[in-house]
Amino acid sequence: MEELAAEKHVRYILSVEKKKDSFESVVMEHLRMNGAYWGLTALDILGKLDTVDVDEVVSWIISCQHDSGGFGGNVEHDPHILYTLSAVQVLALFNKLDVIDVDKLTSYIVSLQNEDGSFSGDIWGEVDTRFSYIAICCLSILRRLDRINVEKAVKYIISCKNMDGGFGCTPGGESHAGQIFCCVGALAITGSLDLIDKDLLGWWLCERQVKSGGLNGRPEKKPDVCYSWWVLSSLIMIDRVHWISKEKLIKFILDCQDVENGGISDRPDDAVDVFHTYFGVAGLSLLEYPGLKPIDPAYALPVDVVNQIFFSKTSTNVIK
Amino acid sequence: MHGQPRKPLKQEDESLLSAKAAKLRTLQSQFFANHRDRIYTQEALDLSAKLLETNPECYTAWNYRKLAVQHNLSRSDPDYVAFLFHQELKLVENALRKNYKSYGAWYHRKWVLSKGHSSIDDELRLLNGFQKADSRNFHAWNYRRFVTSLMKRSDEDELIYTEEVIGENFSNYSAWHNRSVLLSNLFKSKAEEFPLEEKVLQEYEHVRSAIFTDPDDQSGWFYHLWLIDLTVKNYAPLLVSSWPSHGSNITLNGNNCIYGCGLSLLNSTLSDTRTLPVILYFNQAVEGINLSTVAVKSELLKEDLVWKPLSTNNSSTAQVWGAYLNLGNMELEQSKTYSIKITIGHSMGIVSSNGYQYGDPYQIAFKLCVQTASTKPVEEQGGKLTSWKDNNFQKIDHFEDSDSIVSADLHIPTTSDWCMKAIEEEITTFRDLLSEEKCKIGKLSLARLLTALDLITHQHDKRKNHTEEVLKLYTDLMELDPTHSLYYKDEHSLVLLKQITSSRESLLPYCCYYKDATEANTSYVCLRLQNLSLSRMGSFENLLWVQMLDLSHNDLRSIEGLEAMQLLSSLNLSHNKFGSFTVLGPLRSLKSLKVLDISYNKIGSHSIDTRRYLCSSPLANTEVFAWDRFEILCGSFSATKFWEAFLIFESLNLTDLNATGNAVADENFTSFIVKVLPTLKWLNSEELA
Ligand SMILES: [Zn+2]
Repeated sequence: MEELAAEKHVRYILSVEKKKDSFESVVMEHLRMNGAYWGLTALDILGKLDTVDVDEVVSWIISCQHDSGGFGGNVEHDPHILYTLSAVQVLALFNKLDVIDVDKLTSYIVSLQNEDGSFSGDIWGEVDTRFSYIAICCLSILRRLDRINVEKAVKYIISCKNMDGGFGCTPGGESHAGQIFCCVGALAITGSLDLIDKDLLGWWLCERQVKSGGLNGRPEKKPDVCYSWWVLSSLIMIDRVHWISKEKLIKFILDCQDVENGGISDRPDDAVDVFHTYFGVAGLSLLEYPGLKPIDPAYALPVDVVNQIFFSKTSTNVIK
Repeated sequence: MHGQPRKPLKQEDESLLSAKAAKLRTLQSQFFANHRDRIYTQEALDLSAKLLETNPECYTAWNYRKLAVQHNLSRSDPDYVAFLFHQELKLVENALRKNYKSYGAWYHRKWVLSKGHSSIDDELRLLNGFQKADSRNFHAWNYRRFVTSLMKRSDEDELIYTEEVIGENFSNYSAWHNRSVLLSNLFKSKAEEFPLEEKVLQEYEHVRSAIFTDPDDQSGWFYHLWLIDLTVKNYAPLLVSSWPSHGSNITLNGNNCIYGCGLSLLNSTLSDTRTLPVILYFNQAVEGINLSTVAVKSELLKEDLVWKPLSTNNSSTAQVWGAYLNLGNMELEQSKTYSIKITIGHSMGIVSSNGYQYGDPYQIAFKLCVQTASTKPVEEQGGKLTSWKDNNFQKIDHFEDSDSIVSADLHIPTTSDWCMKAIEEEITTFRDLLSEEKCKIGKLSLARLLTALDLITHQHDKRKNHTEEVLKLYTDLMELDPTHSLYYKDEHSLVLLKQITSSRESLLPYCCYYKDATEANTSYVCLRLQNLSLSRMGSFENLLWVQMLDLSHNDLRSIEGLEAMQLLSSLNLSHNKFGSFTVLGPLRSLKSLKVLDISYNKIGSHSIDTRRYLCSSPLANTEVFAWDRFEILCGSFSATKFWEAFLIFESLNLTDLNATGNAVADENFTSFIVKVLPTLKWLNSEELA
């Protein structure tokens, strides 16, 4: 079996940042905040976060915060909850959450909760269970979960549960592994996993593994490295990960590496990108691949970062 | 990026692309200037349109368009307003042709339509185009549900639409999903026109044709399982079992130690605290167990019972509820029999998470009496090391009356004929399928159908069950589909446990008297389920009476559900596959637990903890980490290293713990655990000084 080309991936991730003028990176400029999270978390899992200039990243993140408290995907872009989570996660990686105005950020997220418990992504009102996860994850990291109506938020997520045990974007929406991760993650963080039919959902999730060993995101779809994260983390949170073959999945992810130039792609021999490189590395971490830092399945941050937030003397001081 | 080949770019492609990139960058900076300065002229709008047609994912540009619409709406000319909205819809359409997976574009369309200035008549036609191009696009399906509800199209019409889509190609999971949503709505809103039984029978036939056409195609698999569930599931909450069970007699001796009735002297918490657990086990999670829904009548009752959900979660619902009857202040008369009556569901308020009311009032009556003091003084707890060696156990020929081994007295209401008929018919057709083709979904469905049949015929005839056949099917599946073999193994374990615990007779071969070497006269019943290749525990509703349980030498990874066994005082989990301390979360609610053997497991050898969020903890916001207490107890030990062990053991009163043979159990752990568990007398089979 192939091995993880860890050093090449590190070099690839660091190089992407320098190719700012390629067409691809111009098209992706609006989600640079997500990109920063993917790249930096992957580097941390690979044990190479120290190669990054922390001050440069942190001051750029601060420059993306708006008066409302939310973060844009890049300077000049409007604030949206999608990028707000990435900003919080990156700051958590560097243990720098204290550099931003947490109160303002909290009220931004709180303002996005709707009457039915759901969350909008921004002031324009699109509702999606992805945003429920993001709001809950952010506030939990900031130790401000008590500021929203958690009970209603959980109720809304449960109203998106389907006959197959999975979850959709809104009530009636089809189950999708990415959406399931968000809903299971939100329920995990709010201590509500008992509301999931774990055996039913577990069967649906474990059947995402196809012959090649890869995981797909919905029935009868092609496998894709990014689902190594969405499906795996969900299976782990509901304690059903032994229902798939870990060996086969490891092989699939390793087969998607560009062993010459670094990076991981969605499927073998496709073009690599930071998104799939992160999800490949994070997936391998969840599979306990040797030499990688373990990652937390719900907060999507390295376990040591999460533990630092929740199990240290300073953390208890923050609890209201 | 998805589905793009990795091949290296040719030189001319690269120069072409960098020209495109430069152009896009200019476009973007012009756009941001307009956005900043709030310029909403037609020229500026055209520029943002150009940007979105090139890159529909540029969400800030969609926001800008909305601001522009709001700004320009102030001009009240109706023709202009119509033009304005038409322009937005056209732009969305163009953007979707570029990328029909763009969240921003789809939402912009919803936003425009919800303003109510545009006709929605054309939306379905547009949508049909997108759905033809990609029949699984979930954005399009979401949008379809949005539009059909906006135009008040009936669920019946949409049901016909899914039929057409499935008719064209049955391999369309999205359409099957939408069918389940529509039918669920119709069952609720139009129950008379849509009788469940008639529709479910039709649907079996419908989905069968999909599964039988290509058994490897998953499109119909989950729908079929859903139908089985609709056929046999009791939606209303029911009481499945209880401890004490109805009609049982419990004897206390003069020292207020409870024994007989399967209650051993080992169980000293019950005598120490002079409390008696009462456990209610339901068929599903319920809420609303309290004084007004559960009435307890007894002269022993001096204070109101406090019912608590036995669950590690934040929610107020649980499948198992417990309360402790306090006998502390009572002078119990010798040889007198006290009766206790518990009435459940006499008033409304017990509700399932789906909102169904408990509808089957039930009474549990049991007796409590006090006998003369035991001839022998009760030895202090933890005086002796518990040994799990075979020679400490003695086979039982038959149970004594006083052993009172209880198996759940299921009182499932009689199921209707159509349920039985439907399941039997499905069984026949799946047997036919399997006679032609050895497919995994055939075997799995057959196993599920047989299990369902046994469940609904349970009360009629226990002997005619299909357990052996189901076990064989799961064994076959492990071989047929090795990728998911542990799923089948877990199912196999659950079926096996159901069989073992189904009656007193079936339990007998697994029950032994525990005799420790020095105390030949007293004997306690131990349930020994060791060496059965169990990968999962279950059937807890039949095991509420158990105080001593041996689960060693199995393949267990979790003990989810064990929190129901409130009488448990000795538990052997050694030689299994437990991977972390959080796995032991259910033990935290076992007030009587004294003896625990977790030796030879995998605790400490995994970097990823699969029970991290199922265990109550600060991570799940179900618990505040008691830093102060941790610090007092553990001083220099690192919280991140030992928080799991601290959370689990802090609330227990173990006297005997064996943790050897785990990666975590080093010297640091030993000195840590002794501080966390001051009650400990034996650690790793050695007496503590
Ligand atoms: Zn992907």
